[in-house]
Amino acid sequence: MSAGGHSWGRYPQVNQTVVDLTDRHRQLPAVGGSLLPYGNGRSYGDSCLNAGNIVLRTRALDHFIAFDTGTGVLECEAGLLLSQILDLVVPQGWFVPVTPGTRFVTIGGAIANDVHGKNHHRAGNFGRHVLELELLRSDGSRRICSRNENPEWFAATVGGLGLTGLITRASIQLRRIAGPWMSTEVHRFDNLAGFFRLSEQSDRDYEYTVAWIDCLARGKALGRGLFTRANHAPAHPDRRPPASASRLRMPFTPPLSLVNRLTLRSFNTLYYYRQRRPVVHATTHYEPHFYPLDGIGEWNRIYGPRGFMQYQCVVPPVDADRRIAQLLEVIAASGRGSFLAVLKQFGNLASPGMLSFPRPGTTLALDFPNQGTRTLTLLDRLDDVVAAAGGAVYPAKDARMSGAHFRQYFPAWEAFRPFVDPHFSSSFWRRVME
Amino acid sequence: MLNVLIIGATSAIAEATARCYAARGARLFLIARDAARLADIAADLRVRGAVGVDHATLDVTRLDAHADVLERAWTTLGCIDVVLIAHGTLPDQGACENSVETALAEFAINGTATIALMTAIAPRLEAQRRGVLAVISSVAGDRGRQSNYLYGAAKAAVSTFASGLRQRLAKVGVNVLTIKPGFVDTPMTRNFRKGALWAKPEAIARGIVRAADRGRSVVYLPGFWLPIMLIIRHIPEFIFKRIKL
Repeated sequence: MSAGGHSWGRYPQVNQTVVDLTDRHRQLPAVGGSLLPYGNGRSYGDSCLNAGNIVLRTRALDHFIAFDTGTGVLECEAGLLLSQILDLVVPQGWFVPVTPGTRFVTIGGAIANDVHGKNHHRAGNFGRHVLELELLRSDGSRRICSRNENPEWFAATVGGLGLTGLITRASIQLRRIAGPWMSTEVHRFDNLAGFFRLSEQSDRDYEYTVAWIDCLARGKALGRGLFTRANHAPAHPDRRPPASASRLRMPFTPPLSLVNRLTLRSFNTLYYYRQRRPVVHATTHYEPHFYPLDGIGEWNRIYGPRGFMQYQCVVPPVDADRRIAQLLEVIAASGRGSFLAVLKQFGNLASPGMLSFPRPGTTLALDFPNQGTRTLTLLDRLDDVVAAAGGAVYPAKDARMSGAHFRQYFPAWEAFRPFVDPHFSSSFWRRVME
Repeated sequence: MLNVLIIGATSAIAEATARCYAARGARLFLIARDAARLADIAADLRVRGAVGVDHATLDVTRLDAHADVLERAWTTLGCIDVVLIAHGTLPDQGACENSVETALAEFAINGTATIALMTAIAPRLEAQRRGVLAVISSVAGDRGRQSNYLYGAAKAAVSTFASGLRQRLAKVGVNVLTIKPGFVDTPMTRNFRKGALWAKPEAIARGIVRAADRGRSVVYLPGFWLPIMLIIRHIPEFIFKRIKL
């Protein structure tokens, strides 16, 4: 037992006790206080925190169980990272079916947050590719959960924020690839309409699409940015992958956030003009393509000791263009832009999870240095737009949405509640159930 | 084909080392007390690339059971390229001061059992006229310190024994490798406050594999422990007596 464990946003900071799990066959520790599984701490807000109570760190549950190289079915313990899985399966011609923007998440975390990626319009959420999982409850019971076996427990646990019990192991269906290379195209677009046009053109023929936008641009340039679309490339046996060992690392936490008005405006403008030509084609290794930020260890430290807040929302397709424009206007007017503003069209593939976040529409993800009330007020204003649009905010990235908003965004919360393990809880859950 | 035998295979350092060898497509034979954990680790190593993994259970303090298990390992693997002895505990020094029984039991696990295993393994490697016998000792064996001198004494016995065995077996082409890890972040040390001197088992494992490949005799892991221990060994007793370590 030790103190520690924070979330990726380094906000909020809480006191909690960390217990390391080392054997998936053992029962959960009998300790006072509520429990919450904690993988690699890459959730941004407080959904992976359990203030005043206990988090069960799963990183030592890192054993593979079986891998069928013919069918691509992988069975492993829930504490393995996607990076560890990729290192093993990519050379054998397989890839994870869905990946978030970092490969340093555990399998358990990917399931509990039902994560999505740049291929959502084609593959849906991570949970769609989970064939089976084992759920260990505090009463000692173990359930095998899948779409056919204990389907109601499966639906509650996928996207269930770790509250239904501990996921000890899972089987997932991987995706065939010819090699580690991606064929990518980056298109510059002048405004929001350009994004929607490119999305519509691309979603049929490109497996991965995503856009970065300059969220400080206003007026006619509102929503300008760079649209990336990509497919897995054919094999290039003669190309050597880059050495992923030579990683940079943010060695310390600066006393102040390095992300501020000045650096933001310069970064956004420079990044937008990074490419002179309107379209750039390239063949890229999958690591820099999917995980540009993983190249800098502990990049979250650039936001200084107060940390930062992520905000990711989705708005329905009906009036998505108008709603996204509204959101961008609110942000641009505040002058508190985001370093990385990401825009993407979600597809229509339904997730098996009751509390899953992705749904048809357009999703916008932003991060803001934590400046206390000013930041919280801005995010509340964004919530007003999202709520009016009938959208939702992503719990995995949230540290502040109101309980009322959560319950509006996730109407299945009432049906979900009976599945919560009586000895499990989280800072997030207590906050939104108040 | 690389054949590897690991004793104490469920320890964090041993498991990380086994993963390095599995990724190279080795054949492994694992020995530890807990059969269920051995089965999990074996399945994991197969997925990670091990060509074959067999395992057997053994309580190393049951000296009479050693010969049988070693025989099974050699029958299964034929010729063995690397033997790693990695079992161990971290005794509570206070408990060892208050109970002769506890002190001797801990010495039996960390010292006597290891010497017994090395004694039984030596003639087998001698007969092969090749191979590496790697044994995990500790920086704690370099000088007795008040905080853990029972453990240190057991490890000193292992280091000294290994030194003599190395001299003997070098003549027939067998290398004895003494590994002296410093502080390692493992379940064995979970109650310690971790600082800058602490290393991950994966880093120690890479160091072990490298040292075995290169035919090294004694390695400190991570390497910065070499100068630290050089200093600690040379502090004169009249000063050493007055400080806490």
